[in-house]
Amino acid sequence: MRAENYQARHQPPSNEYELNFGPNHPGIEGNYALKVRLHGDTVIEAKADGGYLHRGFEKLMEQRLWIQNLALVPRICVPDPAPMELAYSTAVENLCGLDVPVRAQWLRVLQMELSRIAAHLFTFGGHAATTGMYNPMYWGVADRDVVLDLFEELTGGRVYHIYNIPGGVRKDVPDGFLGRVASTLDYLESRLPDYDNLFFTNQVFVTRSKGVGTLSQQQALELGVTGPNLRATGLAFDVRRDDPYLVYDQLDFDIPIEHAGDAWARTLVRRAELKESIRIVRQVLERLPSIPGPIRAPIPNPLAWNVPAGEYYARVESSKGELSWYVVSNGGARPYRTHIRGPSSMHAVQVLETLCKGARLEDVAQIMFSLDACPPEVDR
Amino acid sequence: MSDIDYKDKGSILNPLRALAFFGRKPITEKLAPRKASERYRGFHLNDWEKCVGCSTCQKVCDNAAITMVKVPGLPNDPVKGVRDLRPAIDYGRCCWCALCVDLCPTGSISLSQEYVHTCTDPELDSYFVLPDPNGIHNQHFPAGWSKESDNDLVDHQRQPMAELEPSLRIGDFSEMVSGYSKQQAIIEASRCVQCGMCHDACPTRMNAPEYIRAIWQDDLEEAVRQIYRTNPFAHTCGRVCTHRCEDACSVGHRGEPIAIRWLKRYAMDHVAPERIRAIVTEGRLSDKSGLRVAIVGAGPAGLTAAFDLARSGHQVTVYEALPKAGGMTRYGIPDYRLPAASLDRDVEIITGLGVEIRYDTHVGRDVSMAGLHDEHDAVLMAIGLQFGRSTRIPGSDQPGVYRAVDLLRDIVLGKPMAVPSRAVVIGGGNVAMDIARSLARLQKIQHGQVGITLTALQPEGHFPADPEEIKEALEEGIEILPARGPQSVVLENGRVIGLETARVMSLLDAQGRFAPTYDLDDRQIHSGEWMVEAIGQMGDADAILGTELTEQLEWARGRLQLNAEGRTSLSWLWAAGDIVNGPDVVHAVADGHRVAASINAYLNEQVKQGGTRHE
Repeated sequence: MRAENYQARHQPPSNEYELNFGPNHPGIEGNYALKVRLHGDTVIEAKADGGYLHRGFEKLMEQRLWIQNLALVPRICVPDPAPMELAYSTAVENLCGLDVPVRAQWLRVLQMELSRIAAHLFTFGGHAATTGMYNPMYWGVADRDVVLDLFEELTGGRVYHIYNIPGGVRKDVPDGFLGRVASTLDYLESRLPDYDNLFFTNQVFVTRSKGVGTLSQQQALELGVTGPNLRATGLAFDVRRDDPYLVYDQLDFDIPIEHAGDAWARTLVRRAELKESIRIVRQVLERLPSIPGPIRAPIPNPLAWNVPAGEYYARVESSKGELSWYVVSNGGARPYRTHIRGPSSMHAVQVLETLCKGARLEDVAQIMFSLDACPPEVDR
Repeated sequence: MSDIDYKDKGSILNPLRALAFFGRKPITEKLAPRKASERYRGFHLNDWEKCVGCSTCQKVCDNAAITMVKVPGLPNDPVKGVRDLRPAIDYGRCCWCALCVDLCPTGSISLSQEYVHTCTDPELDSYFVLPDPNGIHNQHFPAGWSKESDNDLVDHQRQPMAELEPSLRIGDFSEMVSGYSKQQAIIEASRCVQCGMCHDACPTRMNAPEYIRAIWQDDLEEAVRQIYRTNPFAHTCGRVCTHRCEDACSVGHRGEPIAIRWLKRYAMDHVAPERIRAIVTEGRLSDKSGLRVAIVGAGPAGLTAAFDLARSGHQVTVYEALPKAGGMTRYGIPDYRLPAASLDRDVEIITGLGVEIRYDTHVGRDVSMAGLHDEHDAVLMAIGLQFGRSTRIPGSDQPGVYRAVDLLRDIVLGKPMAVPSRAVVIGGGNVAMDIARSLARLQKIQHGQVGITLTALQPEGHFPADPEEIKEALEEGIEILPARGPQSVVLENGRVIGLETARVMSLLDAQGRFAPTYDLDDRQIHSGEWMVEAIGQMGDADAILGTELTEQLEWARGRLQLNAEGRTSLSWLWAAGDIVNGPDVVHAVADGHRVAASINAYLNEQVKQGGTRHE
């Protein structure tokens, strides 16, 4: 992203030290990197670097048929791929005037909230690891795996579901699936006190994260912060409630907020959101059996599918914040232009750089994980 | 604010809480791969019996992971729509999205529950796999993600073709089907998966995938351009082609094949004739070779050859015995299937290229074949099969017994025809249906009701006629009797009053030759004052060639001997069309192209050697 990151600074002041923080670093996400200028242990300046591994998604999509992009879009955010599929499909549906059947909308909510649960468990683990606590990471990854088992059963894929298709979803729930979702939710809920004991109320974590990476609401709005990071500054904004899509307006859930705006507050928002997601999925389990099919609106032959000319901006609430797809069609068989407004592209660049300034070196990794950024969303 | 109480209690007993974990089941993963879920997207399976090698999976694959490879020993029959190609997967590229499964027209591909594959460096190519039903390690893993109605992306429903109600169409000879609207045509064209099976199955290798794609893009001039690359009888074939393409269509394996014929008709009917003429002359050689070609017979084979040769710069003259061009397409196919105006459009485009047609000129009577040879550098005989075969049953030589081709020709020529109120047609092919349905219309006009009985040797479901012809004939009130063999014409006072038939017991003998046997105890008499035989046609080349030429040429069992290019044993004489290869328009067109290429090569050689013999 930044050529200057690959060159040493000319004549640095003698009291400064320059450190390449990543991409090969246990406290960094993916192949992300920061070039950090230090004075002692204090960060004077940090420059983010996307890593160039995941770049080119948007351009690549212009070369592919509308349907072929379905396999590409989830890859833009590995821990939380479902909202990517949903936002892209929603954009195409609106360009084509496709009405998504009600059952498909409920199935999509099921997928979105399970994905949010899995993503938050992953983030807790990562965040704990940056404070030196590796047990919550093992737990988080293992418990995420039971959600992935559900995805495997529903969609055939553990990580990349490729379950949404413009018009609806690809398959209905298998026999007995809803019961297994219910018992997995019970299991996850039974784990929450353990997580509290081990991680959220652990004094190592509390002490390390309170007051670190503090973002004011004003700053957050100026920097385009969304999602749990914004809600941790006291503003209850959530696309699911404020610009409802799918059937979220028929669901009963709260928007948890915190006010401190620091790493601790951000994590607590996610902890509360996980509970809300469990609550939403339980409502889906209750309602879904009484909602009749079909699960997909008829679509044309994917090999001969010209999407009518037009543009659409579809936004959804991912586990990381507001995720949007801007899709332009010129009436052809492939997108004319797509653009992804991933929440992480703000969180991992300008927010991270701002919060790192003045922080101590040992908190840099924690700040990054507390922002829950997804590097491919930056590169895209 | 959060419900969490994070204040440190600072109790010395806190570590004891961890003791509770001793009683819990640890979270462990087994070392061996665990069983995958029932719709897991693992390595591919492909049922080779169902797979036809259409390559749709390759087209939809978003990572170009699929390569179609030739598998020796598998059936490869373009007419049946089967290729010996099967998809091989490069697992270095595959992303297991399963779009190949969802779009597979035959439903042969699925993904399995197998997901482990390791290899050592020297075996890196083991990631390139040709899946079969046993999985990539022959371990018979069950299918995972498979095609169900929910995830099937193939559109099985054909756009319906509007046609006249039987009660409306039986009263005259107006065209039955009305053709697609623009919206219907675009939707129908969009169903095509571009596999090209139709192209391989078509006798003249029409570029159907290309013109279907052009119709989908609403570029009808491009569609016409693609159509005319291989078929100058496009208006005609768009209506009456036997559409081998649709029999081979890969979408037809589980649904209704793409209506390729109706799409061709749509494109031809919606481009103005002058634009078609302009498109057809694109790429025409402006140089004139100065060489002359005579073509005997203005049917599809003769006129196709004339079209090609005229485009190649030769001077073509066509000799036609009847007053109009088209051969059997005009004098054998009734107007309700192929209106004369549509055929006229095809002929006008061909004559527009400078092809001269001399009508009412009977070669062998008005001009001799030897005379044609004297005046031309090459001669093509494309005379068709103009004479009906007879059953030769007792009484078949009586007045009142007709051949179908003669009657069909007389109807087109407009000869007055007093049809009796009851008639019997013998035969189960398309010509039998044509004459039965034509006579039914005349009966309706003259008598107000239909009285036709059609008897065929074949059992029900095995008629040579197209199923839609049979269906439409039944709708029009024609009585169709399968497995009835004609025995004799019943006469009363020298007049035909009916046909006696016996039930057919078998059609073929032990060697598979045609030798019907009858159950003579099961006889029926079908009343009718006309008996129409529609059991096949024959040509009469001798009358056209003359005795001397007939003796010079080589024959085998009454058939003219030709080489693979359609050339006779005489260097200047070719033959094509039904007289060589039956039995339909599109085969005649294919034949016309084949001989035209041969004639053109011969003429170009003549040019090199000094030009025409005729100045």
